[in-house]
Parts: sequence; structure tokens; C-alpha cells
Amino acid sequence: MFFLKILLRNAFRHKLRTTLTITGIAIAVIAFGLLRSLVELWYVGAERSSAVRLVTRNAISLVFPLPLSYKDRIKQVPGVKDVSYGSWFGGIYIDEKHFFANYAVEPKSYLELYPEFVLPPAQKAAFIRDRRACIVGQKLADRYGWKIGDVITIRGTIFPGQWEFVLRGIYHGAEKSTEERALMFHWDYLNEQLRKTSPLRADQVGFYMIGVTNPDLAAQVAVDVDRMFKNSLAETMTETERAFNLGFIAMTEAIVVAIQIVSYVVIVIIMVVAANTMAMTARERTTEYATLKTLGFGAGRIAGIIFGESVVISMIGGVLGILLTFPGAHWIEVELIQFFPSFTVSPLTVYLDLLAALIVGTVAAIFPAWRATTITVAEGLRRIG
Amino acid sequence: MEKLRPPIVVIKDLNKSYRRGSQIIPVLSNITFDIDEGEFLALMGPSGSGKSTLLNLIAGLDKPDSGVIRIGGLDISALGEAELALWRASNVGFIFQFYNLIPVLTAFENIELPLLLTSLSKRERKEHVETALQVVNLTDRMDHYPAQLSGGQQQRVAIARAIVPDPTIIVADEPTGDLDKASAREILELMERLVHEMGKTIIMVTHDPRAAEKAHVVRNLEKGVLNNVLP
Ligand SMILES: Nc1ncnc2c1ncn2[C@@H]1O[C@H](COP(=O)(O)OP(=O)(O)OP(=O)(O)O)[C@@H](O)[C@H]1O
Ligand SMILES: [Mg+2]
Repeated sequence: MFFLKILLRNAFRHKLRTTLTITGIAIAVIAFGLLRSLVELWYVGAERSSAVRLVTRNAISLVFPLPLSYKDRIKQVPGVKDVSYGSWFGGIYIDEKHFFANYAVEPKSYLELYPEFVLPPAQKAAFIRDRRACIVGQKLADRYGWKIGDVITIRGTIFPGQWEFVLRGIYHGAEKSTEERALMFHWDYLNEQLRKTSPLRADQVGFYMIGVTNPDLAAQVAVDVDRMFKNSLAETMTETERAFNLGFIAMTEAIVVAIQIVSYVVIVIIMVVAANTMAMTARERTTEYATLKTLGFGAGRIAGIIFGESVVISMIGGVLGILLTFPGAHWIEVELIQFFPSFTVSPLTVYLDLLAALIVGTVAAIFPAWRATTITVAEGLRRIG
Repeated sequence: MEKLRPPIVVIKDLNKSYRRGSQIIPVLSNITFDIDEGEFLALMGPSGSGKSTLLNLIAGLDKPDSGVIRIGGLDISALGEAELALWRASNVGFIFQFYNLIPVLTAFENIELPLLLTSLSKRERKEHVETALQVVNLTDRMDHYPAQLSGGQQQRVAIARAIVPDPTIIVADEPTGDLDKASAREILELMERLVHEMGKTIIMVTHDPRAAEKAHVVRNLEKGVLNNVLP
């Protein structure tokens, strides 16, 4: 009780100094939390992807297509349940700033393979029926105020031209992590146009999506599919969806690692600053600690007062930082929507924030506490005046 | 008059030196003397003669190189660091030149400090603190922080803190050194009362002849040797 009283009063003795320290720690925790969220986000797409689904693409690179004729042959591979296919469309709505994912898919098999895209039955039927139809996620529809029946015009980049789609369905994600900012339309519609404008590019797909009967078979199916097309004109590369996404992430790994390092550096810097402040504060109080020792207070209690004060200050900064991380994340979500589908702060990040603040407070107090407890009373008292 | 009781402080062949690099600086050599219970002793001597060093040894803040310090029958030079700390808490009252109050604690809380290390209940502690406040006549200031008190008042709070655990001895290192004349007189009169009315034993280091006047015994320390005893 007494110790709580003295360490709290000590903590707020130099109002300006304490306020600055708290502010510094809060800012460090905000930076750490946001950077960590960013790193997490990088992996979230991969983590939420299914291990039961495989993606087959051209072995050379993602940008090379595969013949449509592979579909029936893939279906023959033991363990394969469904096959769907599609092409990355990469079209632009209005301008580059309004980025969202859009691709051409075979609607029926695609929706069967991806049950996480939930559509009302009537909308689903309407989407499958109409060759010029498209569906979009709820978040995307909300963003542009689209309603069923609207015509959405997209400028093609990989497939030049102005493309018009009729909105027939708005899907919900079955889970919070499901991407709700994508647009899908009929692959047939794309192919039909290609036959007219550039026949050489027709009847080609960007990727196949394979559903296996049993997750244990996924690895074997992948091997079998790739073996089947070995030495053919377009060799394939089949991976689980997760591996496919992680492969995509691998390309950006260096950035992720750099961000991670920066996030830890931020904490180390604030640790040094806080340690310096605590050392300065403890030095000013040398006689007070010596007085307490003179009166019979042991080293443990004095160390407790110093650690307590330091941890209280850093935890206030930490909690403040955590509270401000949420509006910060929201701001990023709103302002940088084209880069991040959703920017959320996970519970893990909050725990790591708290841990970081605790470590900062503890480490900052080590040296001052060591000094205050090892200095002899006589020497501590001599520092007077 | 024959002494009925053994002295409360017995010091025999006390030696203390400090080491500065490879140099050994002798500070106290073969100090031997006794202090009776209820005695008001003034230690005088030029600066650097070792007065504070001797006081710190008697108060259990430092350890002698050799010799015996027996206080209330206990040889404190044999105690370990932690034992010594506990012993100080209940056996020594401290009065410093610069009061050494804890700035974030009120007068009441400062006086309560030594009692936090005892097994007294909160109520008992409060009673003890209130009694000590009455002795130093500062009851009306108990909720003030040190910065809100004059030097003399702060020293009275420090005196209350020194007497509150009812210690065996009270040590004071230049208690009036930082005070104006009037406040100094007030403090000395208060210390005199502690000795006369409450039977306390006080060992006071001082440069001030007026302070020494109040003492029963004045001892002079010169170059680490206790060389004369004034009446
Ligand atoms: N921790 C220490 N390390 C080295 N030398 C010390 C230490 N403490 C005291 N001394 C030396 O011991 C001698 C006696 O010091 P002490 O403080 O006891 O003197 P003093 O009589 O109290 O002087 P003053 O009247 O100025 O307070 C001095 O020469 C001092 O420099
Ligand atoms: Mg001195």
C-alpha cells in the first residue's frame, strides 16, 4: 500500500518529464502495433486460404496461360472432386487509385469450390444464367453504392477494351477474413470477346482451381497433375492454395522482414530513452533512497519502488498507445483502402504491445535499481548538497 | 556519583580507514569511549577529522575495520547487512543536517516511515505518529509536504521521525548546520527536552559551540583521535 503510494507519487513528480516519457512510449507502441499489423496482414491471405484446394498454373510463370483443354484431363486424376478455372483480369475501375481484385471465373464450379462466398440463391442463379453478369463483395458494393442491376464498366489492361458487366449478385464472406472487395464475372464472356478480337489468346485460362476429395490427397494430386503435363507445351505447377499465396508473399519477403526489424528497432530506441530518463530520475533521488535505507528499508523494497515507478509509467504509455492504435488502424483502412483489403489489429498484437511496454519499463529500471541498491548508505548520504 | 546501569554505548579500540585507489587513509584510530543512557553527547572537531565516520559506525551505517561497538548490549559490528538494517529500524533515530525528508510524503507519512517496518497495526502507527507530532508541536502541519514547511519545521518533522520508533539511541549529524539562529535554538531546545523529559540518548556531531553548550558531554575528535574530554 505504502509502496504503491510512494511509487505513484514519484512517477508524477516531474509532470513534464513523465508526460514526455509516456508520450514517447505511446508513440512507440502505436508504431510497433501498426507495423506488426501490417506484417500480419501480409500473411493473412495465405493463412486463411484452404489446404483442400489446389491451384494449377503455368510452370514458367503466373503470367503465362494454360490451355482450356487441360480441364477434362485434370478431372481424370484420382482424388480430384471439382475443377474450376479462371483468369486474372486486372481491370481498372475509374482509375488506378480505385484498385480492387477482379477476375474471370467459370461461375458454377467456382462458387461450388468457394463456399465462403455466400450469395442468396436467386442472385446466384441470376449470376450463372446471364453471360454478362458479375458479382461483387458486400464491402465493394458499399464503397461504390452499387445495386443489383447496375452496369459496371471496367477498363481492361491485360485484355484491352471497355468491359461492361451487369451486377447480378452481392456476396457476403462466410468468415470475417473472407475477401469482400473482389469482382468476379463469366470467363466465357471474356473468352467470347477474345475470339473476336484476338483469337490467339482465346481458350486459355490463367489458372485452374482443384478441389480434392480429402486434404490428405492434396500433395499426391498436385504431383499427379504436374506429371501428366510434363513435357507438354505448357507444363504446370500445382500447389495448395496456401503454398500458392505464400509463394506470392515470398516475393515480398524482404520488405516484410525490413518492416519487422523496424518495429523492433522502435521498441529498442524507446527502451534506451526510457532507461536514460529513469537513470536521471534515480540519480536525483540518490539521497532519498539512501535515507530509506538508513531507516532500515532493504534493497528489495527500494528496487521495488524503482521498478514499480518505471513499469507504471511504461504501462500507462503502453495502454495509451494501444488505445490509439485502433483509430490509427481505422484511419489506414479508410485512407489506404487500395493497398489493404482490411486493416485490423489482432489480439496478439495487443498482447505484444503490452509485453513490449512491460519490457521497456523493466529494462529501464535495471540500471537505476542496481545503482540505488548497491551504493552504500554512507556514500548515498554524502551526496547531499 | 556511581553509575547504576552499564553504558548504553560501548566503543573499544575502534579503527576505520578508507581506501582510495592503492592508498589507505586512516580516519579513526583506537577510539575508545562509553555513552551512558540518557546522555547528550556532542562530538566536535575540525572538518575531515572523522566525526561523521564515527557517527555512521555507531549508527550501524558502516562497518569498522576492527574494534567493538556494543549498543544496548549487542555487538553490532558482528551483524550482517540485512540484520543491521532491521536493527537500525528499531534502535536508531536519525537526524540529518538537510532533514532528508521524502518530498512526496506528507509530514505524517514521513514520520510513519520507520514504523512501516514494525509489526504495528495501522491504528497503532497512527497513535505513535500523533504522539511524536505533539512532542515536536506540529500536529497542525501533519498533512503538509516538506516543501510547504520551513527549514526548522522540516527538522522538527525529522526529529519526530527519529523518535517515533522509540529507538535506543538518536544520532544527529550537524542538526542545526542548515538553520538560522532562531530555528537552531528551537531545535536544540527540543533535543534537550528529549533528553530531560523523555530520557533519550543523543549523539550529536556539531561545529556550533552553542549547540555543544546544551550537551552534557563534549568530545573532541582531532585527526582520528579522541584526544580530550570536556566536562
Ligand atoms: N567513502 C569515503 N571514501 C574515502 N574517504 C572518505 C570516505 N568517507 C570519508 N572519507 C574521508 O574520511 C575523512 C573523515 O571524513 P568525515 O566525513 O568523517 O569527516 P567529518 O569530521 O565529518 O568532517 P565535516 O566536519 O566536514 O563533516 C575525510 O578525510 C574524508 O575525506
Ligand atoms: Mg561530517
